Amino acid sequence: MILLDRVTKTYNRKLGPSLDRVSLHVEPKEFVIVVGQSGAGKTTLLRLLTREERPTSGKIIIGGIDYDKLKDKDIPLLRRKIGVVFQDFKLLPNKNVFENVAFALEIVGVSNREIRHTVPKVLEIVNLKGKEKRMPRELSGGERQRVAIARAIVRQPRILIADEPTGNLDPKHAWDVIKVLEKINRYGTTVLLTTHNQDIVNKLKRRVVTIQGGKVVSDRANATYDGK
Amino acid sequence: MHKRFTTLGRILHTGVLNFMRNISLAIAAMAVMVVTLTIILFSIITNATFENTIAQITNKINISVFLNDTTTDTQAKQLVADLKKQPSVHRVVYLNKEQALQSFIKDNKENPATVTAASQTGNPIPATIQVFPSNLNEIQHLKEYLTTPEREKLQTPRSPSYNGKRKEAIDNITHATNVLRQIGALMVAVFAVICALIIFNTIQMAIFNRRDEITIMRLLGAKTSYIRGPFVVESAIYGLLSAVLSVLIINSAFLASSNALQASSLGLLDINYASKYFGDHFWALLTLQIAIGIIIGTVSSVIATRRYLKFKTK
Ligand SMILES: Nc1ncnc2c1ncn2[C@@H]1O[C@H](COP(=O)(O)OP(=O)(O)O)[C@@H](O)[C@H]1O
Ligand SMILES: [Mg+2]
Repeated sequence: MILLDRVTKTYNRKLGPSLDRVSLHVEPKEFVIVVGQSGAGKTTLLRLLTREERPTSGKIIIGGIDYDKLKDKDIPLLRRKIGVVFQDFKLLPNKNVFENVAFALEIVGVSNREIRHTVPKVLEIVNLKGKEKRMPRELSGGERQRVAIARAIVRQPRILIADEPTGNLDPKHAWDVIKVLEKINRYGTTVLLTTHNQDIVNKLKRRVVTIQGGKVVSDRANATYDGK
Repeated sequence: MHKRFTTLGRILHTGVLNFMRNISLAIAAMAVMVVTLTIILFSIITNATFENTIAQITNKINISVFLNDTTTDTQAKQLVADLKKQPSVHRVVYLNKEQALQSFIKDNKENPATVTAASQTGNPIPATIQVFPSNLNEIQHLKEYLTTPEREKLQTPRSPSYNGKRKEAIDNITHATNVLRQIGALMVAVFAVICALIIFNTIQMAIFNRRDEITIMRLLGAKTSYIRGPFVVESAIYGLLSAVLSVLIINSAFLASSNALQASSLGLLDINYASKYFGDHFWALLTLQIAIGIIIGTVSSVIATRRYLKFKTK
């Protein structure tokens, strides 16, 4: 499903690579947690997958799409196949909850009828039923994060990428968000989650890939994380 | 197919919404566009009017060839045939002595004394060939053609004689028209560029105001055309409304001028003809104006959005 082969990303030659020969193979329906301290290169890794950045060297293949052969005009089609939960939410401040989620469907040409049918179901999955009309500024951090998740999954992508979705949340809300991700994974979506929250990693008991200074230093199943 | 319509509908809807949201920016852009389109429309009408004036004047110009009474019918017919073969000749009218007299009487109706004098002395009017040149510049050439010795022998001493406004006068009109035409073209070009730049800026500002939304659309996989569409629609609306306004302005200018001055001509410009031309071609002109407005609008907005819609990945 996701294949990275010795991928290196150097933003600035003087500062050295932010990702250094990272190789990773994720099977369909897997739930993978990428851990590492701030600045380790987690976001950079995800931005390479969504083609916000290009690797300096190395090969990336996702869902059969070889990024070396991907043309600019096909980037939108790639992004439609991947659901992304951004570290900073990226919700539209002047649209309400329903509209923010519907937005992901509108831009790909889904009919209004289908939108009215699909969005409430997804809001139910993330436990936001009844809050359709709220504006983002009227929501708590955890609720906003769940809107972002709803938007990421509403098109039923085969891959879901979530960049520190629990970053700013207290433990209870963080756990709510993680439970939603597990639910989505049970429905058959491949999930790639980054975090530096030890509790969550240790409770989840999933495959853990640890990055340090841009390098993969360990990759173990049913693993724990000690915050280093 | 259904999906296409949904998308097209959304692009149009967003475009109209943005137009209304940016109404203050839009008014500034449209003001310049109205001026531009009004100048374009005015130039088109003036040009047509001048062309008509010149054509009318040119039509009245001819060279009269007065034939000696000794010239035979055969010789006259031969000369007419020769003249018709000349590429510089548009039309030839032959009047024998009797027809020439009738024409003379008709032309001098208001002058009975002259007419009486002419008819009492027997017919003093020579048989006449009227030669209409294909264009003004051929007159000299035609004169040379008619004044070769063997052709001069057939004519009275006053022949050939030139009728209508003098060539210099007509040349002056033509020259003035050409100058006006060039000034018009220059103004159209200058204003079209200013107009395009203003719309360009307006759309860039509109993009700037919505940059977060555009970034998010990009990340969620919106196609370039979907993001660009509403901006293009917005500037096409400027073009459409400005075109209609420019036509209304010219229309009320004609109404005002026909009411106020009973003037039929304003210097060189034949207002009556201009007004009639505008009326006769109203729908064609309106369509043309709308087309020009929409083209200026869409081209500038496509260029304005290009930089923002590039994928930043290197
Ligand atoms: N756009 C960028 N330009 C230059 N350097 C960057 C850019 N994005 C990230 N970096 C650098 O790359 C390294 C990894 O950053 P990031 O991937 O954001 O780490 P993480 O998400 O694990 O905190 C950091 O040293 C950061 O400063
Ligand atoms: Mg990060």
